[in-house]
Amino acid sequence: MTGAGMDFSILQYHFMQNAILAGLFGGITCSVVGVFVVTMHLSFIGVCIAHAAFAGALLGLWLGFNPLIGALLFSLGSAAIIGPVADRGELNPDTSIGIIFSLMLGLAFLFMGLMPGARTEALNLFWGSILTVTQQDIIFLAAITGAIVGLVVIFYKEIQAVICHREVALAVGIPATVIFYGLLFSTGVTITASLQSIGGLLIYCLILNPAAAAYQLTYSLKRMLLIAVAFGVISCWAGLAASYLLDIPSGAAIVITSAIIFGLATAFSPKRKVKGWQQIPLTG
Amino acid sequence: MDNIVIKIQDAVVSYREDVALQGVSLEVGKGEFIGIIGPNGAGKTTLLTVINGLGKLVHGQAWVLGSRLNRRSSINLRKRIGYVAQVENIDPRLPINVRETVMVGCYGRLGLFRRPTRAQWKTVDEVLEMVGMAHLSQRPIGHLSGGEYQRAAIARALVQQPEIFLLDEPTASIDRKAQREILSLIQLIHKEYHTTTLFVTHDLRTLPPICQRLILMKDGKIWQQGSPESMLSEEVLSQLYGAPVSVPAEIAPVQT
Repeated sequence: MTGAGMDFSILQYHFMQNAILAGLFGGITCSVVGVFVVTMHLSFIGVCIAHAAFAGALLGLWLGFNPLIGALLFSLGSAAIIGPVADRGELNPDTSIGIIFSLMLGLAFLFMGLMPGARTEALNLFWGSILTVTQQDIIFLAAITGAIVGLVVIFYKEIQAVICHREVALAVGIPATVIFYGLLFSTGVTITASLQSIGGLLIYCLILNPAAAAYQLTYSLKRMLLIAVAFGVISCWAGLAASYLLDIPSGAAIVITSAIIFGLATAFSPKRKVKGWQQIPLTG
Repeated sequence: MDNIVIKIQDAVVSYREDVALQGVSLEVGKGEFIGIIGPNGAGKTTLLTVINGLGKLVHGQAWVLGSRLNRRSSINLRKRIGYVAQVENIDPRLPINVRETVMVGCYGRLGLFRRPTRAQWKTVDEVLEMVGMAHLSQRPIGHLSGGEYQRAAIARALVQQPEIFLLDEPTASIDRKAQREILSLIQLIHKEYHTTTLFVTHDLRTLPPICQRLILMKDGKIWQQGSPESMLSEEVLSQLYGAPVSVPAEIAPVQT
């Protein structure tokens, strides 16, 4: 394929420029929070928060208030419930998070079922539609991206301590619990901000896949953040291009692209050769 | 007394229906090296968590380094207390190396919004040299052996410049050679800095000979305490563990 044969006229359209910006900001912010979720091994919690945001947005649509407010309230609420459950719940964390996850999915379907008339807007929240994001959505997403990146820069050392050695962070006097909940809430806010463009069912893949791919490639947290961001933005833009060229849904194309990147990163990961944890048994 | 750095009065700690500590009282003098022994579930670790404020008292009071322990004071006190737990099973792919892990020890005292200085990185390098880990400073933390991991953990606690050192089974799950090296290191550190140290173990063979006082715990209580000479007898130990126990050759005779 040569550059001369490609048609870039589509970039002149305002909707495409918005989509590219949404891909840039969504790719950055989802990948950054993804690094926290993947490093802390909290993937299932992220899935749960994503579905809570989705349910909240549907509640907003049903009752006629801004779906983003519903998504924000539900995602932050679920993070507030899931945090203590993951820490020291009465039940096995997998079980309790599974219950919350299924409850959120059930609520999402309930709100959708109760919604009168056509459900186009609700379905858009399912799949996302990066091609119809508004200027307002972009500004919101950009603001959230700026805030999340700013917080990561300011609290980098605390975040690194908490996501790698949470118990140690607590023991040396870092406000580890506040940082941990801050990270969960950041995940909720990120999901809320990206819901419109990526969609409730697909958003989580964009959080998980670029970060999981970066996790395969480096032992440096700073590099992992940069690689994950690059993968996230590439996933969004390549998915967008594939969506345009092949006439397929944009959200699905973005997620499939990110999954392919993860597959390639795993296949070529230098960490595949990593020796396992050597625990030498007590002798004598 | 000015010399007392830890004072616990009638402490009760409970995890749901289990009472982990039942009315424990204890005073620890500045610079003391105390060994805490007892069977599993005796409350040894819980006692350490009371001192660094992570164990919540349901009854009783505690003063550490002159401050009464409560939710607000404990986070500041933890910055002044080095804590080393037993080897944990960590993800070998974790994106953090030995040098960065050791630096985490400085973060509490450093506080929010401040980045580590060049001088602090130099301190980290010096401490890594001291614990014999300088050559592994760039290695991912998940790639260390048990003994190396514990050296890194001790280095992390040391860069905290702790006024109290809490060692919770630091030699558990590592081989005998590494155990001996870690014990030598701990004793060397105490001789050098005279930091008040509480050393918990359930394995009598790993009790450092430098211990000045032994606390014997059983069923969430301090069952007996005294000098190592008076505590380390077959009769006392067999009663403590509820089974015939001989005094390991490694710790008898005890040097003080």
